[in-house]
Amino acid sequence: MKTAWFVVARLARDRSALIGLVLIALLVLAALLAPLLSTHPDDVFELHPSERLRAPSAAHWLGTDRMGADIYSRLLFGARITILIGLIAVGASLIIGVPIGLVAGYHHGWASDALMRVSDIFLAVPQVVLAIAIAQTLGPSLPNVILALSVTYWPWFARVVYAETRALQKEAFVESTAALGASPWRLTVLHVLPNIASPIIVRASIGMGFTILTAAALGFLGLGPPPPTPEWGRTIAESREFLPDAWWYAAAPGLAIFLTVMGFNLLGDGLRDVLDPRLRRSPARDG
Amino acid sequence: MSPDAAPLLELVDLARHFPVRSPFGRRVGWLRAVDGVSLQVRPGETLGLVGESGCGKSTLGKTVMGIYTPSAGEIRFAGREIGRLPARARRAVAKNLQYVYQDPGASLDPRWKIRPLLHEPLLIHSTLTRAERDREVAAILAAVGLPDAHLDLYPHELSGGQQRRVGLARILTLRPRLVILDEPTSGLDVSVQASVLKLFRSLQETFALTYVFISHDLSVVRAMCASIAVMYLGKIVEYGPTTRVFEAPRHPYTQSLLAAVPRIGGRRVTEDFALEGEPPNPRDIPSGCRFRTRCPLVQARCAEEEPALRPVDGRAVACHFA
Amino acid sequence: MAELLAVRGLRVDFATDRGPAQVLDGINLDIAAGEVVGLVGESGCGKTTLARAILGILPEGAARIRGGEVRFRGIDLLTQDPATVNDHVRGRAITFIPQDPFSSFSPLFPVGTQIMDLMKWKSPRAREQARPASLFGRYPRARRRADREAVLETLRAVQIPEPARALGRLPHEFSGGQRQRLMIAMALLPEPHLIIADEPTTALDVTIQAQILRLLRALVKERGVSVLFTTHDLGTAHELCDRVVVMYAGQEMEAAPTDAFFGRPAHPYTRKLLASVPGPDGEIRDIPGEVPSLVTPPAGCRFHPRCDHATAECRVERPAPRMLAEGHGVRCHHPVDAPAGADA
Repeated sequence: MKTAWFVVARLARDRSALIGLVLIALLVLAALLAPLLSTHPDDVFELHPSERLRAPSAAHWLGTDRMGADIYSRLLFGARITILIGLIAVGASLIIGVPIGLVAGYHHGWASDALMRVSDIFLAVPQVVLAIAIAQTLGPSLPNVILALSVTYWPWFARVVYAETRALQKEAFVESTAALGASPWRLTVLHVLPNIASPIIVRASIGMGFTILTAAALGFLGLGPPPPTPEWGRTIAESREFLPDAWWYAAAPGLAIFLTVMGFNLLGDGLRDVLDPRLRRSPARDG
Repeated sequence: MSPDAAPLLELVDLARHFPVRSPFGRRVGWLRAVDGVSLQVRPGETLGLVGESGCGKSTLGKTVMGIYTPSAGEIRFAGREIGRLPARARRAVAKNLQYVYQDPGASLDPRWKIRPLLHEPLLIHSTLTRAERDREVAAILAAVGLPDAHLDLYPHELSGGQQRRVGLARILTLRPRLVILDEPTSGLDVSVQASVLKLFRSLQETFALTYVFISHDLSVVRAMCASIAVMYLGKIVEYGPTTRVFEAPRHPYTQSLLAAVPRIGGRRVTEDFALEGEPPNPRDIPSGCRFRTRCPLVQARCAEEEPALRPVDGRAVACHFA
Repeated sequence: MAELLAVRGLRVDFATDRGPAQVLDGINLDIAAGEVVGLVGESGCGKTTLARAILGILPEGAARIRGGEVRFRGIDLLTQDPATVNDHVRGRAITFIPQDPFSSFSPLFPVGTQIMDLMKWKSPRAREQARPASLFGRYPRARRRADREAVLETLRAVQIPEPARALGRLPHEFSGGQRQRLMIAMALLPEPHLIIADEPTTALDVTIQAQILRLLRALVKERGVSVLFTTHDLGTAHELCDRVVVMYAGQEMEAAPTDAFFGRPAHPYTRKLLASVPGPDGEIRDIPGEVPSLVTPPAGCRFHPRCDHATAECRVERPAPRMLAEGHGVRCHHPVDAPAGADA
């Protein structure tokens, strides 16, 4: 816990990271407190056709959509979906990718080469395209979106972990702990993993942004959770036929996606600066 | 230490070769880093292993330690062959046979505090309870001269010298019988070096250790080691009691090596220094005697026949003309 | 004899995140023409900083010269226009041999190109030119030929085999010892008055080191060049130098001709340092205590916390330089009179 606070304090010094942190905090707050913050909490399910496509006003801060639902409120509830997708997809990628990277990094031989080639194959195909293919095959739904995203994002973790593990193997403390008689299991889990935690965390943060963007793309294409789920990408898709007159209809979710992804990217960059040089290497001794 | 005691460590024709690959990955030759080394270390002894860069002494240390597997030959530790053991059995040997890096401080995981670092060897090799381990660790900490307060610090919060002591303590918790010291004083200031050497001596007494002391610094080896083996390009060229080898070296390379060491007080040695040229590339070792390309005594026979180590004047020399 | 180099009262601070570190605390140093002077001391004593200060290559942001002078051939380099010092002194009148032979050459260009680049700017024959050489300036063919001849001749002198072919080779094709010979050649080519060699043989094997030391000493004596040679290895100082100066924590402690330095050291630190070299008797003596922090250094003589002879005076006032014998100076309130080894 002390470390977490230390990290936040240092992050706060970097302006762009601070912006990222604030944006993400806002997102989380929006998701958690959606019922409290929204003006029309029932608009997720209820329809008010008489109020459709109203411009932003005092009653509806971001206007209404084609069903008359308050866009602002739907956006807040959509934040929950966004975070859910991001967390589970990135979490699953982590659980798949990190062990694969560790195993491939530790061993030298055809097995590790094979694992890395498999991961390369996945990386060679653009994530969006692959996700579309999977979601298309399985049918549009929330679980399928998450599945598609997890399956396509794990190679990024595997690659980072593989590279860092290999680099770490040359470190004196890894070699000497092995010479002490430590089993590969102990070395990997207790020594290698903690030392590569920082790149993994950074990758996870950036991955959230990336995954959310792809999820929005899937939603836009109609491959995401079906209506009336207030998913942001789908909302933009719905707005297409009403543009450019009902500009708020696309602008609001678009801006939400933009700020969220940017927030995660800035946070990830800031974390990279804070975590890597400071905590990883001991300060140089006096010469 | 009785002279008839069975050797604690015995190397029989040990070799370690590394493949040399072309840019396409095909093997085009061998780097014979260690090429047939035989020696014995008795319990309680300190054997010095000296030579210049490329002679193979570090590779030898790492091969004995199991970091590299031998390409040929045998390693016998306490009578048991350990060069070809399966991985798990080999890890168990680490309890008795340990290795100290040039910078023991670098052997500490920067994310672990000192206490868990010192407990770890005991966790790996023994079944002591937590309280018993605490006692052991406290004893070792006192033996290397560090205060208890250090247990709660991270390595980078200690000075270089303190890190070195922690690195040594980590190894000593296992109470090993033999410790290989790989260039332990290289790059150190002379007064720091003196402190480190004193520490090694006191630890040897306290823990009844046997040392293999790898170094390129002849004056350090002379002060610390009772026996000495001189290596050149992967083989031992002279091997015997330190006093004998230093007072009257028999192999031409040993003679040049000793002649090159500056001596404070007295004549400048470099004015007479005669050895020319540089050691040949270890990928391309000369036929016959390896030293013949620089040897002042070279003759035709040296190119044809590789000299074996044979006893001369109380030590072993590998030269046709010693 | 007029001194070639006279450093007086040089004080240098380095900025650290704990405050300014007083790395040099009023150093005095003399080098006569044709003399080889060794600057010995352990890590952090300031010898490398002193060498860099003389050359004028201290890191600009971090280092600050607080006072003193560096008189080279009568002129204080610290007060001169930096551009003039750069053109006429650095790399010409004073040259430098760095410590690490493996990173002193650019790996991309052949050795010959790098040496001829040096000659374009710093050749002794360029001194006759009215305008100093510029990046796009002319490199007259006649001078280039003469320079190349000088380069080949110097390469022969440092015993590089087949000098003409060697010029076309890349740095990684040379061994460490050979690269150091090349650095010696490059230090000699501008025909300097003073060469500053920063631990030039530390990274080399002992037999190669012996060859290099022998070569260096022969060449500088033959050409009458002075050398300031920094090292932490007392043995090499004994081999190479006419005079030895020892530093501790930013203060110079003793300066004497080699025989006197090693045979009759007067400063307690010198005596302890010499005693800690492993001797053939197997006895090992260290110096109790630790090197002080330069951010909060001890007052007076900086060795007093570890000195057996320290008194109240030592804790307050830094000893002034005192001559004990011809050429043998010491900065100590209680210099020892006995020969080395009488007490340890």
